[in-house]
Formats: sequence, C-alpha cells, structure tokens
Amino acid sequence: MKTLVWVEHDGSTVKDATLAAVTAASQLGEVHLLVAGQGVDGVAQAAAKIAGVGKVHVADDAAFAHALAENVAPLVVELMGHHDAFVVPATTTGKNIAPRVAALLDVMQISEVLSVEGPDTFTRPIYAGNAIATVQTADAKKVLTIRGTAFDKAAAEGGSGIVEAVASTGDTGLSTFAGSEIAANARPELTSAKIIVSGGRALGSEEQFHALIDPLADKLGAGVGASRAAVDAGYAPNDYQVGQTGKIVAPEVYVAVGISGAIQHLAGMKDSKTIIAINKDEDAPIFQVADLGLVGDLFKVVPELTEKL
Amino acid sequence: MKVLVPVKRVLDYNVKPRVKADGTGVDLANVKMSMNPFDEIAVEEAIRLKDRAGVTEIVVVSIGEQKAQETIRTALAMGADRGILVTSDTKVEPLGVAKILAKIVEEEQPQLVILGKQAIDDDNNQTGQMLAGLLGWAQGTFASKVEIAGETAKVTREVDGGLETDDLKLPAIVTTDLRLNEPRYASLPNIMKAKSKPLAQKTAADFGVDVTPRLTTLKVAEPNKRSAGVKVADVDELVMKLKAMGVAK
Repeated sequence: MKTLVWVEHDGSTVKDATLAAVTAASQLGEVHLLVAGQGVDGVAQAAAKIAGVGKVHVADDAAFAHALAENVAPLVVELMGHHDAFVVPATTTGKNIAPRVAALLDVMQISEVLSVEGPDTFTRPIYAGNAIATVQTADAKKVLTIRGTAFDKAAAEGGSGIVEAVASTGDTGLSTFAGSEIAANARPELTSAKIIVSGGRALGSEEQFHALIDPLADKLGAGVGASRAAVDAGYAPNDYQVGQTGKIVAPEVYVAVGISGAIQHLAGMKDSKTIIAINKDEDAPIFQVADLGLVGDLFKVVPELTEKL
Repeated sequence: MKVLVPVKRVLDYNVKPRVKADGTGVDLANVKMSMNPFDEIAVEEAIRLKDRAGVTEIVVVSIGEQKAQETIRTALAMGADRGILVTSDTKVEPLGVAKILAKIVEEEQPQLVILGKQAIDDDNNQTGQMLAGLLGWAQGTFASKVEIAGETAKVTREVDGGLETDDLKLPAIVTTDLRLNEPRYASLPNIMKAKSKPLAQKTAADFGVDVTPRLTTLKVAEPNKRSAGVKVADVDELVMKLKAMGVAK
C-alpha cells in the first residue's frame, strides 16, 4: 500500500505531529510525504530526512501558503490518483483538510486513529474516549487522521527521501487568509511537552492563573494548559485548552491544578504517564485518575511547591 | 439571506456513556438525549445573525430516527423558523449525512450552512468539511467569530497555535467551536409556539443518494482504566516523590 502523509509545518520546520503520522503510515505500507506551502524547500529537505520516507512531493505555491483546505484538497485528490491512503496528523490543520479530501474521493474518513489493526481495520476513540471502537472500512482508498499521542514518533533523521516537485492545482479563490494571532510562546508546545502544568477555574482570575501556574511551569520546564472552564472564563487563551474538543496530550507528567476532572477534560489527558492533582476538594474526580494527589488550597500549595522544587 | 443549520440528537453531555456488555456499542436505552452542544451553538449563531446580518430565515435539519424531531423542536423553540426531519432506519455516517445535506442545499439555496464542529458521540469532526467539499464551497471550521459583510463571511477560527481569520466567499460553510457564543434557553411561550412551526418529514431514500455505511464497527470496548494512586500529606512529601521520579532535581 502506498501512503501519502500530510507534513504539518510552520514554513520552516516539520512539526512533531507529522512524525507520529509517519509511524502510523509505515504500518500500512510505503510512506510518501506531501509538503505544501510557499517557500518550503527547507521543510522538504528536513522531511526527506525522516526515517523510512520514500518520495517527498513538494507543492510550492502562494495558494498553499496558509494550508487553506479549499486549495489544498484538489492537490491531494490529484496525488491520491496514485496513493492508497491519505494519512494526516489530527491537528486543527489536518482536521480541516482531511474530510474535504475524503468527500471528494467519496471515502468515509476514519478520525483520530489510535492503532492500526490491519490494512483496513483501525481503533479510534468515541464518546470523549469513554469507549474505543474497532472499525473496518470497505473503501478502497483510505483517509485517516492520526492521534499524535497514540503513536511513537518516527526518527527525524536517518532517512533519504527523494524530493520531487508537483504542479500546483492553483487557487480556487473560495477563501483567503486574512490574518492570525499565533501566540509567541517560549514554553514547550502542549502536544509535544514532556511535562504540562494545567490550571482550572479554581484559579479565579487571569492574573492569578499566570501568577501561580507560570512560575511552576517555568521551574519544571513545562508547557501550560488549561481546562475548558478556565478558558471559557477568560483565564487562559483557547489554544491552552486540554480536553475532548481541545488538545489531546500525553506527557510524561501532567500536573492538574484546581481542575475537578470533568470527563471532557480527562478525555484530553488521561493517557499521561503520571498525573499529579492539586485540588481542595478531596472528592474531585481528578483524584480517581491521579497517581499523586494533594488535597489543599492551591493558593498556598502551589507557591510553596514552586519554591521548594 | 437564508441559513441552514443541521442538528444531531446525541447522548446528553452530562451522562456518562456505558459500553454495552456485548461490545456492540454504547447503551442508549433509557438515557437522556439532547441536542449536540456544538449544534446548539450553531442554532444560536444563526439566530444572532438574524439580528445583526439580515438573516431572513433559519431552516433546521436533522437526520436520524423519528425522535430527532424533538431536537428540531428545541431548535425551533430557540428561534429557528422551520424544520426538516430526514428519517433513516440505518445509521447514516458523516459522508452520507453530507450527501443528503448537499441535496437539501440544492433545494433550499441557503447562503450559509452552520454546523457543529463535531458531535460528542462519534467525535468525527467531518460533516461540515465534507459538505463544503461536495458543494465546492468555502469552509470556516472551528469558528469563534463570524461576521457577514456583503458577499463575504469573515470567520475567526480556533487553531492549534491561537486564532486564524479567513475571508470566505458566500455561500459558505461554518462549523462552530465552543466560544462562538452561549446558546440561549428556550422560554416556555417559545416552546409552545415552536409546536406549531412547520416541520417537513422526509426519508433518506427521498434524496436518491446512497447512504450505505462504509465502516463496520467490529467492537466497542472500555478504554484501559487508570487506578487512583496515593494522596500525599503535604508539599514536602510531593516534592520528595517528584524528586524520586526524576521530575524535579
């Protein structure tokens, strides 16, 4: 089987989510990559070094600069003429593009794949991860989005893929990029951080969120996350949200501060290796999944912890 | 301008899903069902666009079993104008739903279709993007802000690193994220009024599209359970444990 993996990048570097998708694709067959963007030579060269990669298709055109699904989908459909599976990291970019491609190919997509059980059989989470479904597809071509935390990352070095330019399918003119507010963040990205410190509604305000969570995260070299309640209350920006509809994370250590542990939040972090919970309510559901729990007032405990570490 | 809002009837988000003992799915017998929360946000956004962007009519569609008409009535009570219920004996997958919706779009000619970004039962996150693909329309997914100006919809989207804004040529598809709005509760008089709003009844077969499922669910199982660990007495003990784990030095 020939697979085509969507390379998630920021114009200069290949994002880690790509490496997990490469691992999933390698379990299906030959791995080819698609790098679409504008001025992406560097990305293509880096992608070619990913272990186990065959061809790297590069589509360099202003139409692909912001990975707009309307422009990218026809390009992928063309390349799928000689590939059997389109394998996409389940990032917001991937989740935007893949179903459009699937519809154009008349294929039912399989979302958030957790494991490859066979050439046509996969597991995926349903009901916020409260159940795991094993599904088999009857479609000849496959469109899959890959949950990054469920697969090991392929080695970023050691491969010798062949870079090949592909013709642009042009600009559909349906949509145009009008701007973005991407937070400059010196901390590790949530989806690849080894340690994450997350804050909940109990922090009470945006100021207190930053005053308590940031120093602890800095001390641990951790990424910062938040519960939906904290994001809805405006204590933290939307891209901090961990949960069913936010980011799915599985760090070595997840520190939940003032998070009660709604099933929607647990869905986003329960695969973390070690979970540490700090909460004043000893009956909070978060303690049912935590390896280490501390019952206490976070306004006292967190500064003390930060100081003693 | 007409807006079409597809809605789905799902297990209420406060109910903990139970996997059936025979591993065929999640038990939906005698449990509370509600409108998918993201779809409530879609209905609310359509109603708000009525006030601020000259939306003249909101048509709500649900595809599923007969009971999905309760979900349509809820949307009508919130402020939508009329409903279309499409019943099907078999489960219709997102691709099939998108195909039926594409036919309804052909008939109804809306300028905007607003959908929830995902349903909280199957967590697929596909239908809006698929519909956009089938229609050849622009798509603004995971929206946290929607502004209509002439022939353009300006959609701010929640993306991994923050926010992105795209200008979409109308007609277009929008899928909603959590922070687009806070849906209203229907008032009792409006619930009464909704009972007399028009609701057309169709079947999947009426649209002449093949909605045969492509996926077979072989098994549904409980995820691996985590067991609760230990509670530490104070910060000192926590620091000690963290050091033992190598997390802190």
